[in-house]
Amino acid sequence: MSQGNTQSQGAQTTGHVWDDDLQEYNNPLPSWWLWAFYLTIIFSITYWVLYPAWPMGKGFTTGISTITYKNDKGVEKTTHWSTRALLMKDLQDAREMQKPYFDKVAATPFDQIAKSPDLSNFVASAGKVLFSDNCAACHQSGGQGKMAFAPNLTDDDWIYGGTYDKIQATVANGRHGIMPPKGGADLSDVDMDNLANYVLSLSGEPSDSAKAAVGNELFHGKATCFSCHGADGKGNQDIGSANLTDKIWLWADVPGAGSADKKVAAVKAVIASGLNKGVMPAWGGRLSADQIKLLTVYVHDVLGGGSKK
Amino acid sequence: MQAGTESEALFQKRIPIYTRSVKGTFRSFKTAMLLLAFAVYFGLPWLPWARHDAPPQAVLFDMVGRRFFIFDMVFYPQDLISLSLLLFIAAAFLFFVTGLVGRAFCGYFCFQTLWTDAFTFIESWVQGERPARVRLHKQAWNAEKIGKYTLTHALWLLLSFLTAYSFVMYYGYAPELTQRFFSGSLPFVAYFTVLILTLTTYAAAGLAREQVCTYMCPYARFQGVMYEPETLAPYYDFLRGEGTAGRAVPREGSKARDERQAKGIGDCIDCGFCVQVCPAGIDIRKGLQYQCISCGLCVDACNNIMDSVGFPKGLIRYDSEINIESKNPGKPHLDLLRLRTVGYGAMILVMVGALVYNVATRSDIQISIQPVRQPLFVVMSDGDIRNRYQIHVTNKTLEVQKYRISAQGLPAGALDLGEMREVSVRQGKSVMVLANVKLTPDMATKINEVEFVITPLSMPGQAVTKKVRFYAKHEG
Repeated sequence: MSQGNTQSQGAQTTGHVWDDDLQEYNNPLPSWWLWAFYLTIIFSITYWVLYPAWPMGKGFTTGISTITYKNDKGVEKTTHWSTRALLMKDLQDAREMQKPYFDKVAATPFDQIAKSPDLSNFVASAGKVLFSDNCAACHQSGGQGKMAFAPNLTDDDWIYGGTYDKIQATVANGRHGIMPPKGGADLSDVDMDNLANYVLSLSGEPSDSAKAAVGNELFHGKATCFSCHGADGKGNQDIGSANLTDKIWLWADVPGAGSADKKVAAVKAVIASGLNKGVMPAWGGRLSADQIKLLTVYVHDVLGGGSKK
Repeated sequence: MQAGTESEALFQKRIPIYTRSVKGTFRSFKTAMLLLAFAVYFGLPWLPWARHDAPPQAVLFDMVGRRFFIFDMVFYPQDLISLSLLLFIAAAFLFFVTGLVGRAFCGYFCFQTLWTDAFTFIESWVQGERPARVRLHKQAWNAEKIGKYTLTHALWLLLSFLTAYSFVMYYGYAPELTQRFFSGSLPFVAYFTVLILTLTTYAAAGLAREQVCTYMCPYARFQGVMYEPETLAPYYDFLRGEGTAGRAVPREGSKARDERQAKGIGDCIDCGFCVQVCPAGIDIRKGLQYQCISCGLCVDACNNIMDSVGFPKGLIRYDSEINIESKNPGKPHLDLLRLRTVGYGAMILVMVGALVYNVATRSDIQISIQPVRQPLFVVMSDGDIRNRYQIHVTNKTLEVQKYRISAQGLPAGALDLGEMREVSVRQGKSVMVLANVKLTPDMATKINEVEFVITPLSMPGQAVTKKVRFYAKHEG
């Protein structure tokens, strides 16, 4: 079997000669190779018959194999084989595999889900996908929110309430928080300065106690803050007014302000121009009731901020 | 130069090989290996083994449950490292052996060799010894030829089917699978596997045979680089066999050894038996070739002939290139003390040690704790700082286990596990538990590590302790 220059003595060549003596061997192929090659030809012809293959003007040959799937609306469709239809079929299979779990979540009371390791693990993984697709754009991937934009869902402070029912209502119907602006005609700059000092004092932030005392009177009097935030400043979850006495800030970046002056300025800015941007869209029309329930449990249990009552 | 000295064929026809059967040491060893390998391969799925919660089968690969039972050991996908170590050891051992005694794997242990051997046994049992098979091949199609060929191929297909069928038996409880197989209630993939393996076994061991080694097997082609001049392999002693005047068939005047030596004729009587017994169809007298699978059958054949003509044995023998080329050859011997063999040997020892340690210290429980990183920590409304952890508990025992999760070095009430203080996990499954750790800002400056303890309630001695960081501020 040794091969080398000696072979040129008796070997087949293609018969072409270049540059006087340059020739091309015509070495035969092993038979198993040739038969494998014929098999690939048979394979490709079979493929053309079964699957989409040849371009034909504006269309293509579709092949005779078909694929049937149900789309996410439950409508059954039959089409020629294509990778897109295959994906739809896979998605249908995945939905059908998930369905028993979704049904179980739908049938289980909120507080029982946390007691079942199977269901909570399903909520943790399926909820993460739903949350990432629909909620993370504003509330961020871990639900940690963004200062002056979207509330943190992992802490224990809830503007509209953190029970299962309240969270479910928030997701289904959406929320729109409004705080009237107090700047301009209503309050002078000095008034707002005093008010800001009082608001900071409520949560133990550094403040000027003299100014805060004046602010206290404004809060419960002329500025009418108490009508929404309550006489004790703890807010009202039914109308979504913020609790001013805790350490959590959404619209005024008090934790991020470097100095006492900047903290006052941050609170003053909110008092002056009010708020009309806390808009959460309603998901009732876009997600199914089962998905909203799953998201509710995910936000309450898995993100970890839900309140017991 | 003239084209067409050979016929203008599109492909090179395989020259059929009809191996002559032979008796001898290597043949006996090969037969013993074949019987042992077949007994293990075909018998193992039927070996019963008492087991608590799984089918009583000694070796069972439960793909659906992702559990792999090997006698008293159970492996899970998490034990992948053991498999990697095993594969590494197998590779290193192969290189070690090849450097020492050549392609011993190819010659005696490779399944291509074993199955080809078995198929050849069937062929010669039906069609007879080599001359009969050559005659049958050449003769025109008649009742005898059709009958014998049909029987041969039918038996080949039967053995192929049994091979494929036994393979499938490893993936379920064999008696139950058998019943379901023949009642047609197994999933399509099982029948498809059997069909594909039947066809490939038939094609590889019945039709392609040595072509698999010559053209398809990558290992056959690259193991030449593992040979050294000291490596033992079947060699033809050309100095002795060819003499000064070449080999010659014994005739009047060149029969006795002293007559031949006087004329300079070598000991090789050119009987051609070494070629006729070769499953790769090569002539070992042309020297070591890449098609040679080191099966030693030519050694057996030549020794038998040397015995019958009264010459000393060992004209073809396992020897090293150095020895065979020396004018004064010594006894063939294993040359262990070489950089390559010592290196591979040391690698194997280290890896076997690692594997034994890995398997012996396998724990029945696997814990992984990941801190929730988004957000890294949360400031609560009262200023407390909370970190959250995902604790994955995997139960590697054969029973349902209950685990208690607790933490050390935390003030009372800091750890909140919701409803999962004790969690039960099914065998071979894992469960994720969310743990909340809440500390006052004061405590958070002092405590920067949480130590979780996961205790299996049925065996408190096997409790696992893991430390994780507690974050109270963004760093850097």
